Amino acid sequence: MKKVFKFDELGCANCGAKMEDAINKLDGVVSAKVNFMAQKLTIEADDARFDAIMDEAQKICHKIEPDCDIVR
Amino acid sequence: MNKKQRKWRNRILVALAIFIPVFLVTELLPLEEMLGSKQAAVLVEFALFLVPYLISGYDVLRKAVLGIIHRQPFDESLLMTIATLGAFALVVFPEGDPHMAEGAAVMLFYQVGELFQSYAVSKSRKSIADMMDIAPEFANVERDGQLEEIDPDEVAVGDIIVVKPGERVPLDGVVLEGTSSLDTRALTGESLPRKSAEGDEVTSGCVNLTGVLRVSVTKPYGESTVQRILELVENASDKKARTENFITRFARIYTPVVSVAALLLALVPPLMLGESWASWVERALIFLVVSCPCALVISVPLSFFGGIGGASRLGILIKGGNYLEALSQVDTVVFDKTGTLTTGTFQVVEVNPAEGITEEELLEAAAAVENYSDHPIAQSVRAAYGKPIDQTRLSQAEEISGHGVKTLVDGTPVAAGNDKLMTAEGVAFTPCTAVGTIIYVARNRQFLGSLVIADALKTDARQAINQLHSIGVKRCVMLTGDRAEVAHDIAGRLGLDDVRAQLLPQDKVEEFEQILAGQGDKSRTAFVGDGINDAPVLTRADVGIAMGALGSDAAIEAADVVLMDDAPSKIATSIRVARKTMGIARQNIAFALGVKLLVLILAAIGIANMWLAVFADVGVAVIAILNAIRCMSVK
Repeated sequence: MKKVFKFDELGCANCGAKMEDAINKLDGVVSAKVNFMAQKLTIEADDARFDAIMDEAQKICHKIEPDCDIVR
Repeated sequence: MNKKQRKWRNRILVALAIFIPVFLVTELLPLEEMLGSKQAAVLVEFALFLVPYLISGYDVLRKAVLGIIHRQPFDESLLMTIATLGAFALVVFPEGDPHMAEGAAVMLFYQVGELFQSYAVSKSRKSIADMMDIAPEFANVERDGQLEEIDPDEVAVGDIIVVKPGERVPLDGVVLEGTSSLDTRALTGESLPRKSAEGDEVTSGCVNLTGVLRVSVTKPYGESTVQRILELVENASDKKARTENFITRFARIYTPVVSVAALLLALVPPLMLGESWASWVERALIFLVVSCPCALVISVPLSFFGGIGGASRLGILIKGGNYLEALSQVDTVVFDKTGTLTTGTFQVVEVNPAEGITEEELLEAAAAVENYSDHPIAQSVRAAYGKPIDQTRLSQAEEISGHGVKTLVDGTPVAAGNDKLMTAEGVAFTPCTAVGTIIYVARNRQFLGSLVIADALKTDARQAINQLHSIGVKRCVMLTGDRAEVAHDIAGRLGLDDVRAQLLPQDKVEEFEQILAGQGDKSRTAFVGDGINDAPVLTRADVGIAMGALGSDAAIEAADVVLMDDAPSKIATSIRVARKTMGIARQNIAFALGVKLLVLILAAIGIANMWLAVFADVGVAVIAILNAIRCMSVK
């Protein structure tokens, strides 16, 4: 399943790149893309574990940028 | 500015309002004498500078702590925290001067820079959103004779919508009733309104200027032109150019390397060589300030974003940064003929009546005999005559395949066709040498004259080729299925460098491969087509440009660059936009890296101070962002 999410307060471009790296390494993620200019996360992942994966992605974002939320 | 940014700005202003008097007091007043000892003076200064420091930077400190907890080293907040706290901490080395002012100032200016970055990014994001403000808000749907205002998303195919003057056409459809002119500027960049009448297709996103239109919807909102364009522009920044990827990779290495270098700089000389701690720790802190890669990481994608946004305002949709990059290196442009350089419609371009015959007489005879044919050539003859033919005058129409047509007009046999027909009919005709399709007309075996029919060139085709040559495109080639003499005639009139004629659709790919094989490593070849039966070549090209794509789904799908109107002169414009954007991106990389490297070197040999480091970080970021914003304004 491929879905697009919006970021709330993704403040720095470099952090976006780091998030992209980390989310791509998650188990079950086929591809993840962080678009800083559009403030969007495009993620393609396992259907069965999609929600769990999104939770993990959110955790990653908080680790890299504490105020950055994924709007779900 | 949004609410968060306003709060941020106010905090910085408060911090600045405290910082300036504190700075003046500590510089100008003889604190040491007033308080009695040097130590007391330093302590007071320390306390005073801590106030603006904490006001401006408490969120950075918080993020740094969270970064440590989450084990995310080399985060810029952490770097800034170490650098600024380090500047305050230099106080512990009694042999050096205190650096509290720098510590507070670095934090303050770092915040100014961050705020500016955030503002610039949201501003440019918004201006592109405004530029692409083509999404309709509602549709007036006719239901049981009543007009209802509903969300365009909920309108079904086949529904009847009414578009009033001043409103945006919400969905793609066909006009059932009414005439009007439509402003397509937001879609095509073309300022001349387009006329629209019963039976015409209308495209969502246009603004209805004059009359009321009743439109039958042909596509659901999700597949409408407006939706496709918006999606395309939004997704464009997903496809990153090599330059962008290079910067991201570079930043990943740069920050750790500089941070480690800073650590070595702080420890090695004092420990191994017995140098002064204060001086070397200060150099290390300068390294940390300079190590933030943000100026680069932000300004390069911002340039591409701006370039793509600026181009879309001109009706040029570029599907990604990678295509923008390729477009800037194009030195060969290959054109399809029909629909690209020519209008794709046949027109009578020459009327040559025989002696004693008027043009009108010749055209009337030709139009009469071609009356029943649906062939494009017959249609063009009728269009050239421009008047209806009384069908009761015609009888015994006969089509002779490969030759032409014969009909009795008012009982007299009239023949129109090629030279073979004339020979077969035994007509003494004057051969015509013009390039194009030639129709000879005879009445009762008497030669009336000839008509030349050709595909008309687009008005700006010649200008388009001239512009391409003048911006340094080396080769303009045309591929066509048409006959060689037609192709060469057009090539001569347009000033094309090369032409390949009589190609079947599958041959075009092969010819194109040959052209690709002959190009250098650094040069790129663009193919320009109208998306009709040249999709394979569009896909194969380094840059596939589809034109006149307003409403053509296949072309939008296959192409990398989409020209919304069908003006070939936009090709040169898009290459110019691409080059400008790439130029600005390169300037930013060179400038940011150059300044940072210089400051690193100066810091290592002990010449640079904190102030210079702040400039190398924040100043460079601000300048690079301002430069990147230039990408948006293109002409």
